[in-house]
Amino acid sequence: MVIVMRFQFSKTLVALGLLTAVGIPAWAQIDLSGSWAARNHEDSEDKFAGPSPVDYTGLPINEAARARALSYSSSQLSEPERVCLFYPPYYLMMGPFGMKMWNETDPLTGTTIAWKIGGWEDRAPTTIWMDDRPHPSKNAPHERSGFTTGVWEGNILTAYTTHIKAGYIRRNGAPGSDEATVTAHYLRHGDLLTVTMLVEDPIYLTEPLYRTRTFQLEAAPIAAMGPPCIPGDEGIKKSVVPHYLPSKNPFVNELTEQLHIPMEAVMGGAETMYPDFRKKIKDKYTPIEKCVHDCGGPGAGPGGRGGNGP
Amino acid sequence: MAAIAGMLAASAQVQGQSRGPGRGGPPPNPRAAATVDLTGYWISVVTKDWRYRMITPPKGDYQSVPMTMASKKVADAWDPAKDVAAGEQCKSYGAAGIMRIPERLHLTWQDDNTLKMDIDAGTQTRLFHFGDWKSTGGEATWQGDSVAQWDSQGPPGGPPGGRGGGGGSSSGSLTAKTTHMKAGYLRKNGVPYSENAILTEYYDVVRERSGDLWLIVTSEVQDPLYLREPFILSTQFKKQADGSGWDPTPCSATW
Repeated sequence: MVIVMRFQFSKTLVALGLLTAVGIPAWAQIDLSGSWAARNHEDSEDKFAGPSPVDYTGLPINEAARARALSYSSSQLSEPERVCLFYPPYYLMMGPFGMKMWNETDPLTGTTIAWKIGGWEDRAPTTIWMDDRPHPSKNAPHERSGFTTGVWEGNILTAYTTHIKAGYIRRNGAPGSDEATVTAHYLRHGDLLTVTMLVEDPIYLTEPLYRTRTFQLEAAPIAAMGPPCIPGDEGIKKSVVPHYLPSKNPFVNELTEQLHIPMEAVMGGAETMYPDFRKKIKDKYTPIEKCVHDCGGPGAGPGGRGGNGP
Repeated sequence: MAAIAGMLAASAQVQGQSRGPGRGGPPPNPRAAATVDLTGYWISVVTKDWRYRMITPPKGDYQSVPMTMASKKVADAWDPAKDVAAGEQCKSYGAAGIMRIPERLHLTWQDDNTLKMDIDAGTQTRLFHFGDWKSTGGEATWQGDSVAQWDSQGPPGGPPGGRGGGGGSSSGSLTAKTTHMKAGYLRKNGVPYSENAILTEYYDVVRERSGDLWLIVTSEVQDPLYLREPFILSTQFKKQADGSGWDPTPCSATW
């Protein structure tokens, strides 16, 4: 025990030395624990009903990602091996749910070993290791929650996730690979917690995908654990993988026909994220006269489509 | 460990302007006391609410906004031609809405107590006043009066209009409270905010592993007339090396 404690003490000294060397106070940390409720005041369609089957606007995807996304049929989610694909770690930014956070402490020193983010509705819980442990070998198994380490940068908790399973960066089949990594920052301002996530994916993205989302602390408890994602048979024949062959996706023109959004925007790509893209489509877009469905407003359902949801 | 060391070193650079008051001397002015460097050029990176930001949404599309019935009544009557005729084509470029417009920001110090944000979209300027600045009153303006302060370790009393006592705030951040705004739009398609709206914003800068700097703006609009609950958003901007692409454009009521 003495040896273990000395080892931990020396680790602490090293850490303190490192922090001092770069001028960051080791005590500059804040409490992130609590039930953080969703405030779905943006992207509520994506978070609740789901986006249009073909809508890659604002996604920095490459040709491979686009081709794979266009081959996607939502019936794939009925296949046991794909039931859980919607829930990589960055689903926290895509889904409608709030999150419960807490810290786990060393029983001897009281120091925080890890921050935990509870799971919800199939989203696997996340552990942010704070004890300087290394990331596993690149050949280690990939899990739905990935492997995450964290460090305080002043009052900002920065976390880095590797070893995630392949999934989707949008709930319409825009893919993310198992080589993706995620850098997250947790920024607390009183009862607001803004989380940023930068997704890097050498397989499917030409540049990082950056998302932010803000939660609000509430007294009402959020469950620390949702039901696990359990693969199940939903009736798809084992020999069938629902898909669309190239140029056969029937939803390709949906956004253009329904909302007049130019096809070059619908197909996504990094340029669709930047202001200058507006110049490119300005003369190609005329809004429809009036919104006719899924329009939100007072009295709309959870998430606002005007409210908050869970 | 190497990765963590890199992150820490990067963080130190993010907080590069941080300096506290010297012993025995007067406290530094707000410019010198800045806990994070917000100056420079920043560009919107639109990965959320694309249909409501990159293009003008159709009339009547109010998804995600916690509107009141009074708000819907106003928005249903949205007529951009009338706005233009009334000289109010900048209604979607007011402080409560402008950070959602795809744009570039240029932040500089106007003087030691005033941080200036020039915005190319709509050719607007926001001023963040530090210290004991007082509004001169007069007519409300699109950008209103913004009172700002640096947050470093979570002020127990809270910033002006901010969220005190709730666990503090990120080191190296700016909190701003904006009032006295001329009534405008939260979205281009006429979702309104009133002259009594209060905008509270938190500005953070984070550095990614690549070295890229990102400005994260967390905002909350309170407006009981038009919002059932505070309208809470976060919006990201990426740091640019220079002013390339800076493109001042006039306000548009339709685009």
